[in-house]
Order: sequence, then structure tokens, then C-alpha cells
Amino acid sequence: MEAVLDATPDRRTGLLAVFSSVVQRDLLLAMRRRADVLTSFFFFIIVVSLFPLGVGPEPNTLREIAPGVVWVAALLASMLALHRLLAADYADGTLEQLVLSPKPLSLLMLGKMLAHWLVTGIPLILIAPLLGLQFDLPGPALAVMALGLLLGTPVLSMLGAIGAALTLGVRGASGLIALLVLPLYIPVLIFGAGAVSAAVSGLSVEGHLSMLAAFLLFSAVIAPWAAAAAVRIAVE
Amino acid sequence: MGVPWGLGVLQGVDLECIRGQRRLFSKLSFTVQAGEALWVSGPNGSGKTSLLRILCTLLAPESGEVRWRGRPVRELGEAYRAGLTYIGHAVAVKDDLSSLENLRFALAQDGCRVAEAALIDTLARFGLAGREELPARVLSQGQRRRVSLARLPFCADRALWILDEPLTALDVQAVELMHALITAHLVRGGVVVLTSHQPIDLKDVSVQHLRMVD
Repeated sequence: MEAVLDATPDRRTGLLAVFSSVVQRDLLLAMRRRADVLTSFFFFIIVVSLFPLGVGPEPNTLREIAPGVVWVAALLASMLALHRLLAADYADGTLEQLVLSPKPLSLLMLGKMLAHWLVTGIPLILIAPLLGLQFDLPGPALAVMALGLLLGTPVLSMLGAIGAALTLGVRGASGLIALLVLPLYIPVLIFGAGAVSAAVSGLSVEGHLSMLAAFLLFSAVIAPWAAAAAVRIAVE
Repeated sequence: MGVPWGLGVLQGVDLECIRGQRRLFSKLSFTVQAGEALWVSGPNGSGKTSLLRILCTLLAPESGEVRWRGRPVRELGEAYRAGLTYIGHAVAVKDDLSSLENLRFALAQDGCRVAEAALIDTLARFGLAGREELPARVLSQGQRRRVSLARLPFCADRALWILDEPLTALDVQAVELMHALITAHLVRGGVVVLTSHQPIDLKDVSVQHLRMVD
């Protein structure tokens, strides 16, 4: 018994260690529930692949709709996993523990957003250029699409987390998240798809990508804080 | 308020709590000294959990305030939470993680890194020997609670423990272990606030009994 009572903790671990423990735990949980992760990944692949089949093999039409199709599919796929982002933690009491952590809750929320992006965003970025080939997109446009997704998908995860936090404890939360979050996704959609369209037409993509980068920085500052505020209200 | 620094450690002052349309309690005041336990009992729905959530700042009281070492906890913020361990009714144990992983992440989130051997040793003392690697999904209710309580030995440096129904679903042996842990914490000058329907059997330490009425 004495050994238990005398266990001495090492509390020198800093902010970064706590942050990475939040990320690691969510990644491990995602690994344990691989079906959930694969669902949004295959949803993205299937939705994007349905369009060439439905629209027909006219290269010019395909090239024209490709940016919008890929980006809309990315928005929807990233939203599929959102209701799980915080709801399970809310139900089992983990969220209370995060709120009570002496470390800033906004930083812990950023960790959860990062984990969500690593699990849902990265696979989309990797597979999107391959799917773009179905639409006869030229090489430079494929590169711009991947770059745009790299800048845009973290924004989706961050804004989505706000929606997930606001709908905690609400019945029918997953439907409500879509209504809350999709309008917020519009700027990312416009500039993400716009960048690919510009690349297809041979125009400069710098403006579009700069806007996406600006959205990324803006949400990195605002979203963790907003999600933390919503979570505090939800656990009360 | 006339309470010397560090003596009236935890104070509730005229606390009032309203949930939904119901006033659970009002004008609730108490003072807990260092090395003293506050045992909150009462019928279901009398506001025990709400009181504990107010004490750990998860819930804001309708009126009144909680003071830690004479200062309102709302003001203390992070400094108060850094000295607090709360184990709620929801055990914060993930079904898909093993007992060992659950304990490790719970401690890591607390900013506390512990050697693997110490974790396994502690789980064994909580009666989970040989079950460290099992997913929490297959554990019983009492075992899941033990996983969440296994944090406590590593929280010796946190002055205030707030435990919501820590003895629920525990067998006699585990209840004894909990009593020993709580007693040791009180002896070293900590404060423990807990709810329980079963009588608290703590020897040689002072226990204040707060009976909530419906």
C-alpha cells in the first residue's frame, strides 16, 4: 500500500506534452475505430467518382466541374466525422477533465482539431490528385488542388470543431452541425475551387492560395478559442 | 471574512443552485479545514453532484461563491485548477483504450508523466492485475471506476480532491483501498470532498457531514 501512496508524479511536463497527449489519444482512438475513418475517406472517393459517370465523358465539361466537385466532396467528407469529434468525450466525462485542466482549454481544443485533420484531412489531400485524373485535369492544376486542400482542410476541421462544440448535448446534433458549419465553409469552397479553376485556365493562383492561407491563420487564432468557450458552456 | 490564510481552506459562502426550474439549494455555507473531509450525502436529485461541480468551477452558482484559501475560485482560475483533482460520476474511461492507456492518458492530460512500471503497479493494487492490456469495453462497471480512481495515488500533490460517488460499484477491498488513500491525503493536509450513499469509515481524521435535503 505504501508504494501506492508514495508514488511521486513528474509534473514538469509542459504545455506541449499535454497538447501532444491530447493529439496522441485521439489518433489512437481513430486507429482503434478504423471503420469510422475509412467511411469518410471512401465517401470522398465515391462521391467524386460518381460525377464523371453521371455527367459523361466530355473532357471540357469534366475539367470545368472538377474543382467544385472535389471541394464540395471534401467539405462533406470532413463533416461526416464531426459529430464524433467531441460528443464521445462529452458523454464519457473526458471533456470535463479537459475543462478542468490547468492548461488553456483552447490549446487542448487545437489538439483535437489537429487530430481530426490528421485523420480526415491528410488522406483527402493525398488521394485528391489521383481522383483529379478522372476529370482530365492537367498536372499543374492537380498540384494546385493538393496545395489548396493542404491549406483549406485544416480550416474545415477547425470551423467544424466549433460546430461540434456548439451542438454538444443537442438532440439530432449531426444534422444541426451541417446547418451551422456548411455556411462557414463557403469562403474556403470559393477560394479552394477558384484556385483550381484558375490553374485549369492558366491564370495566376497566388491570390486564391493567399486567401486560403489567410483563412487558415485566422481560424487558427479564432477557432480554438471559440470552441473552448462553447465547450465550457456545454459542460455546465 | 476573518478566516486566516490557509486555515479555512475551502469555503462555500451562501451558495445557491438552480437547475431547470428547481432550486436545489440556497444559502448553503460551509468551511472545510486543511486535513478535513467533507462528506456530502442526501437523496438522489438533492444537488450533491451540482454542489461538487460548483466546487470545481464546472458549474457557476446562481449566487454565492466558493473560496479557496480565502480567495474566490473564479478569480484564481488556473491556479485553483492546478491544485484540484476531480473524478466525476462519468468516469472518463474510453472503451477502445486499455486500462493502461486510459490511465496513462488521464495522467498525461493532467501534465503528469509516470513510468510504465508505476502505472502497472498501481493498476495491480486497484485489482486490475493482468487486465492492463484489456480494452475498457470488456471491464465491469466497478473495474472501470477503478481505472479512473487509479489516478489518485499520483495526485498526492493536488491539495483538493473532489470525488463524486467514488465508492459506487466498488467491492469491499477497493473501498478499503479508497479509505486508505483518502486518509493518507487528509493526514498530509489535503482536503477531500466526496459524495457517497454508504457511510464513510475514516478513522483518526475529521469528517464533516453535509446532509442535503430534497
